Amino acid sequence: MKRRTREAWAAYAFLSPWMIGFVIFMAIPMVASLVLSFTDYDALRSPDAVGWANYQRLLEDPAVRRSLVNTLVYTVMSVPATMAVSLALAALLTRAGRRSAGFFRTVFYLPEITPKVAVGVLFLILFNGQAGLVNAVLGLVGIDGPQWSTDGPWVKPGLVLMHLWSVGSTVVIYLAALRGVPRELYEAAELDGASAWQRFRRITVPMISGALFFTLIVQTIAALQSFDEAYTAFYGSAASATYSNDAALFYLIYLFQQAFEFLHLGYASAMAWLLFVVILAITLVQVRLSRRFVYYEGGDR
Amino acid sequence: MVRKLLAGTTTVLLLAGCGGVGSGGDTGAAATLTTMGFGLGDEIATTRADLAGKAIAPATVKIGGSAFDAQQFLAAVASHTPPDLVYLDRQLLGTYAARGTLEPLTDCIAKQHIDVGQYRPAALKETTLDGKVYGLPEFYDNRVLLVNDAAVEAGGLTSQDLAPADRAKLAAAAQRLTTRTNGTLSRIGFDPKIPEFLPLWAKANGVQMLSDDGRTAHLDDPRLAGALTYAKSLIDAQGGWGAVKAFRDSFDFFGEKNPFKQGQLAATLMDDWYLNVLANYSPDVRVTAAPFTDTAGTPIDWVTGSAWVIPAGSTHKDQACAWIKTMTEAPTWVAAAKARAEKRRAAGKAFTGVYTGNRVADEEIFGRLVQLKDRPAFDAAVRTVLKAQDSAFTMPASPAGSEFKTAWQNAVNRVLSGEQQPADALRQAQQEAQRALDAAVARR
Repeated sequence: MKRRTREAWAAYAFLSPWMIGFVIFMAIPMVASLVLSFTDYDALRSPDAVGWANYQRLLEDPAVRRSLVNTLVYTVMSVPATMAVSLALAALLTRAGRRSAGFFRTVFYLPEITPKVAVGVLFLILFNGQAGLVNAVLGLVGIDGPQWSTDGPWVKPGLVLMHLWSVGSTVVIYLAALRGVPRELYEAAELDGASAWQRFRRITVPMISGALFFTLIVQTIAALQSFDEAYTAFYGSAASATYSNDAALFYLIYLFQQAFEFLHLGYASAMAWLLFVVILAITLVQVRLSRRFVYYEGGDR
Repeated sequence: MVRKLLAGTTTVLLLAGCGGVGSGGDTGAAATLTTMGFGLGDEIATTRADLAGKAIAPATVKIGGSAFDAQQFLAAVASHTPPDLVYLDRQLLGTYAARGTLEPLTDCIAKQHIDVGQYRPAALKETTLDGKVYGLPEFYDNRVLLVNDAAVEAGGLTSQDLAPADRAKLAAAAQRLTTRTNGTLSRIGFDPKIPEFLPLWAKANGVQMLSDDGRTAHLDDPRLAGALTYAKSLIDAQGGWGAVKAFRDSFDFFGEKNPFKQGQLAATLMDDWYLNVLANYSPDVRVTAAPFTDTAGTPIDWVTGSAWVIPAGSTHKDQACAWIKTMTEAPTWVAAAKARAEKRRAAGKAFTGVYTGNRVADEEIFGRLVQLKDRPAFDAAVRTVLKAQDSAFTMPASPAGSEFKTAWQNAVNRVLSGEQQPADALRQAQQEAQRALDAAVARR
């Protein structure tokens, strides 16, 4: 008993850096932002209580609707694209020799450590409608590339393509999952005459469904909070902000503008809580659906 | 996830954690003043900072170096450690002054015997809110029409064909000077510089986008929609916004392969400092400057610039006041201009002057220091800018300047991308801007 207590204390001691960090950097600010969301606050003067006014304004503000739709559309495009590309790359890597797989794994991961701000600037250079590399390559195969940075309908696809630049961590997760699929399942299926597609569909996908589900959740949340690349490309500097495009106004960008450009920190806090609710709802739906699609080895289903 | 979510929202921590840049109390002799938004990028900055530093010795000034960052400033103010001196865009000043964050300079002006008459009235207007001066103006950034003579001649025209009074002729010239190579733009005929220069187009059509007290927006004026329609038509005639913007983004504006040298730009509305860039990198380029005008030929010049302000929470207000007085007074500007003139001369290049918010300084700089007889093109261009200054206007200070600007810029972008018609876009901008202005005024 005594030993257990001591061990419990030791555990808490080891956990304490995280717990202290959580309280200071997450719990307190979250409570603070909840309180601030019911105030008119500009960070320069003391907050004024305004009741539900900020939340009411959320419903009326067309830019909130616009930015939320932008963000959802971006998420719907970017998450499946990221997962598909990552899975394809990971599948290729499993076929590579051990040595070269290690090399390519590193190469795929490198863009992850590229600062997002650099990626945003790179977007403007690569996707320039006239002098950009992307359109130059498209031109080689006879395609007249679009104006990625000014033509509304092409802004989000451009940002999605740019986001695919950093699929490294998802590739690594899928690679590990693919390596965990028992060889003998494939051998048995092959003996039974299953095609490559059938083997992929019936063995690979169910066996790595846990990893797929995990990345789905993580990628969805990340996409809904997308900020850096689009902000740098369209809003970051005074010069780029001049040519902002409504199609790139993601929810967090609008939130940041409200908070730190227009000094409506109360309203921005309310926006943050709305996003929190949206993300929570989407995640709950995903978890609910996952019960039908995700297979856990050793689980009772 | 939560952490990222919070990054944009919870200020309390940010404010407490990031802290400010302020120093301790006013300890008298050996005080160190802190700044925000100012960097010692060139001789104009270093020469003046040296002189201003001498004016408050033995106190010293620590100069930060990066551009003004609202988030950083808010954090510093909210944690009660504001910097002693802030350098910011005059258009932003109203936002902070209206919230009581900035010290009115009434006392400072009286105590230090600052002659406000030396500052250009249009610049001073930008730093004045509700009758109180909150900042001392620095640069005086004029907008004029710059014509690339070689490119215009190559198109079979002269700079006279680009006289802005005749809008139909200007449009025809713009189209004629535009060239395409293999289906892509290789020269822009005339760049109307929207969204950024919309206030200039507005004024030329008789519209002042914001009332003098900074509280009422006039964005839904049909004459403004008319100006925007015309400017958009210029861009459409040259290949459309996407093509023009993409081509312009590929320019090396601040280098030896600048669009004037490369013949990629025949004419553009531009800030006056671009003459310095050209004189520095392409001294042989033949450039003609002309004032932008309304349709009757009356010159119109929209001016912006930066200002020095003192936060209300500064702990060294007297020294800060003495410092900004020195930074913006005529002898200091003249010393800085001399330093640049010498540097240019040593490099065998032309000195095209510094346009300051200080009338007295400009008289000295352009009367004595700027000697361009051997470079008649630049000489004429400089005279034009000086002349344009007589017809300068500025945007009034406003408690919601940032939101106002975002509203009209977004409107222009919606028009340029073809999403909305000018009248609709500006009507929406009017609603957004007025709502923000009303809210800012109500909260005061």
